[in-house]
Amino acid sequence: MKRPCNEMKLTFPSRSANEAFARSAVASFLSQLDPAVDELADLRTAVSEAVTNCIVHAYRDTIGSITIQMRLYDDGRTVIKIRDRGCGIPDVPQAMEPLYTTGGDDRSGLGFSVMESFTDRLRVSSRPGKGTTVTMEKYIAVRTSREKAV
Amino acid sequence: MVIRMGTDTGGLTVWLSGELDHHAARTLREQVDSAVERSAAKRLRLDFSGVTFMDSSGIGLIMGRYRLMLSRGGTLTVVGTSERLRRVMKLAGLEKLPIWDDTKEVTHP
Repeated sequence: MKRPCNEMKLTFPSRSANEAFARSAVASFLSQLDPAVDELADLRTAVSEAVTNCIVHAYRDTIGSITIQMRLYDDGRTVIKIRDRGCGIPDVPQAMEPLYTTGGDDRSGLGFSVMESFTDRLRVSSRPGKGTTVTMEKYIAVRTSREKAV
Repeated sequence: MVIRMGTDTGGLTVWLSGELDHHAARTLREQVDSAVERSAAKRLRLDFSGVTFMDSSGIGLIMGRYRLMLSRGGTLTVVGTSERLRRVMKLAGLEKLPIWDDTKEVTHP
């Protein structure tokens, strides 16, 4: 397995104000790969969905910690893991179905659909009572300027 | 997220600007719903031209306001959505709802 050329880890409480913080932090770390505007926007959106899920579902009536681990590889592969220690998902395939939600009014049930659509790979592993880990991968197109920098 | 609102005959327009996520949507929903209630508006117009980021929380916001206006016998119109925002909205099939006004001219308060 190839080693990442750079990585970061970030832990913060599941307060909704941190949704914007998580997007910004991921975008800021990714900027060293000189991503295209769309690539950056895709990852910001996917991360926002995953972090919102932790806040709305995993820690529904409580505040817990959310950890983001991000790894960059020199071929442009970017892997982001978003982990919570919340309630877990009893039925992952059902939770990933478009429009399925337990979030109540005004939650669209499209969080996983957005993550799937805006990344190249999505994996969700969950244990009820233990927590959930969402792993997203996206290839950031390698550009000449970055190749020189690496 | 900053919002401004204005009314004209029978209509309420809400101009949104900034990032629309779950955190912002909670307050926004309350503000919009109470303004609709207060003004008894039959037409609600959401102007997204100042929105720089939106995730699926924006979809929930639109669908919720669409249902609200429908239940009040009114209409919802959405204007000023960028190509990026439409990409998110398309995932929800929002383009099939009768809420789009594609007039190029966008009014500001």
